Amino acid sequence: MPGFVLWLQNVDLVSLASATLVAATPLVLAALGGVMSERSGVVNIALEGIMLTSAFAGFAIAFVAHNLALGMLAAIVSGMLIAALHAVLSIEFLVDQIVSGMVINILAVGVTGVFYRTLLQQGVRGPGTLPIWRVPVLSSIPVIGPIVFQNALVTYSMLVLVVIVHLVLFNTVWGLRTRACGEHPLAAETAGVNVKLVRYVNVIASGALGGLGGAYFSIQQIGQFLPNMTGGRGFIALAAMIFGKWTPLGAFGASLLFAGADALGARLQYLGVRVPIQFLGMLPYVLTIVVVAGAMGRAIAPAAVGRPYRKS
Amino acid sequence: MSTAARRALTGRLLLPLASVLLGLAAGAVAVVLAGANPIDAYSALFQGAFTTRNAFTETLLATIPYVFLGLSVAIGFRAGLFNIGGQGQLLLGGIFAAFIGYRVTGLPAIVHTPLALLAGMLGGFLWGAIPGILKARLGAHEVITTIMLNYVAAGLLDFLVNRGPMADPHRAIPQTPAMLPSAALPIIVPGSRLHFGLFLALLAVPVVWFLVERTTIGFRIRAVGLNWTAARASGISVAWTMVTVMGISGALAGLAGAVEVLGVSGVLTPSLASGLAFDAIAVALLAGSNPFAILPSALLFGALKSGASFMQLQTQVSTDLISVVQAAVIVFVAAPLLVRWIFRLRAAPAAPVSITEGGLGQTPPREGVA
Repeated sequence: MPGFVLWLQNVDLVSLASATLVAATPLVLAALGGVMSERSGVVNIALEGIMLTSAFAGFAIAFVAHNLALGMLAAIVSGMLIAALHAVLSIEFLVDQIVSGMVINILAVGVTGVFYRTLLQQGVRGPGTLPIWRVPVLSSIPVIGPIVFQNALVTYSMLVLVVIVHLVLFNTVWGLRTRACGEHPLAAETAGVNVKLVRYVNVIASGALGGLGGAYFSIQQIGQFLPNMTGGRGFIALAAMIFGKWTPLGAFGASLLFAGADALGARLQYLGVRVPIQFLGMLPYVLTIVVVAGAMGRAIAPAAVGRPYRKS
Repeated sequence: MSTAARRALTGRLLLPLASVLLGLAAGAVAVVLAGANPIDAYSALFQGAFTTRNAFTETLLATIPYVFLGLSVAIGFRAGLFNIGGQGQLLLGGIFAAFIGYRVTGLPAIVHTPLALLAGMLGGFLWGAIPGILKARLGAHEVITTIMLNYVAAGLLDFLVNRGPMADPHRAIPQTPAMLPSAALPIIVPGSRLHFGLFLALLAVPVVWFLVERTTIGFRIRAVGLNWTAARASGISVAWTMVTVMGISGALAGLAGAVEVLGVSGVLTPSLASGLAFDAIAVALLAGSNPFAILPSALLFGALKSGASFMQLQTQVSTDLISVVQAAVIVFVAAPLLVRWIFRLRAAPAAPVSITEGGLGQTPPREGVA
């Protein structure tokens, strides 16, 4: 125990919290996407592939146009396009939603790999990264200032989007319709809701959120695209969604927990904790399994999620 | 030919063939977009896969793990479970087999090799049974848990061979000591790398078919896959069947890992068979989860895999093209409605292809393992 206290003194908690928020950014965005999609009744395990593709598209456009904002826009649009593919396959052609999601994940590795090789041969250098923007006044608040108000655009957007998605889902007619489609599409249809339309819009919106998450990797963090740079974050985000019981605020909290485990693991290595680095690296994945297994409370999916809906 | 027979033939042969052709076409589009010539790319791919004796044995070599992994995914599908954890189970199989392969000395080959293979199956079985138990007892969705266990297995393997307990102390690169000759799978075509694992793969197909179609366990697996509520109502322990089928699925993936270590690489490295298990999803879907259809399906993807390196060398088109083709093939196989729409076929089949059910959170059943 004294060792632990000594160790705590060596960890800069503000920098740990700040690193956690940054690392949570793509998890939160993808988890919000998952919430939108699943609440309308469509499982979206394609978020991993959506983020990878968007990371690439965002990087490529930012490089070609010498414009990071345009790159961010491209990431969002490409995320929407890939999600639209998932929507068409699973809503229109009734492909098993998990199979369709896996297809997109495989496709993402393939497509980004093929194009990355082409770009690489042309000797592409990075387009730079999004600048850190200190919010005037607010950033000088002690503790909270450096954690929340000294970030880059994707992280700020993430914080705003948590609130927006929460409001849309629980305080608008659209949100009510979305939840109805996820719980009992037949009842929703009977009440005059266009189930297909609601599902299409929500899946494509989840692609926009995942696309922004992709921009985090290539445009905000390192200014470069690397094969498989999303490293399973899309799947961890789904676990955060489950842990957060399919709510935006819950998903936000769960993402912070996962990202915190990640950031803590990285810091423990610096401090020479005698645990093999591979075990620290496993932390978020093991935590995910524990969460999905319900060790921290039951998580019940929307009743109709995963089932295609057809008018009969 | 009667209408029913013709329709069965269409479903079983024409749709998979059409899917493969459409998949190759989708790959060609990607090649064009990437600024290369698809005809050059595909002819290089074909040359690299078939035209020389060496190319052909390499294709067969690449086919071997796809057979085991394809069977692994297929048997999961038959029970309505989507095992995406083949990669992790394969790694555990590789670890167990390698441990027996270099650590246990003084055994004759006739004992040593089968022992190492069995150890590999055990490793895969255990790693596969974990998500099975989590699903059966706690309702944790196997798609999420198996994906996470893939990362955990990769971390474990890296720990073991990267200056860890299984690392070769005389080498700087992360790998185990070499397998003993008594544990190695013998080469069956002199002058090539093609090994005895080919016969094991050919044997595994009828064994899995028999298991699924002709045994009590197989009957339970199919019953659970068709309708687990009905299966439970008729007295089948759904939980136990799920654990069993995930274990068997894992054992097949573990066998693939063991065969790769004992037959191909001869050492265990962190990059063992990377990505093969994901390819196997396409193998199983294209085969419609039919064990015998796994063979041609695995051969197709084996040929793509072995031809891809030559294609990359010749035309600078990335080997990742194969993933594009694979993904497209899965789409068309899983969406018969789409293929029929493209070819303007009438008589659309009624039921969608459904493999998994429900959301990614916790799903019933929550009965105890009996």
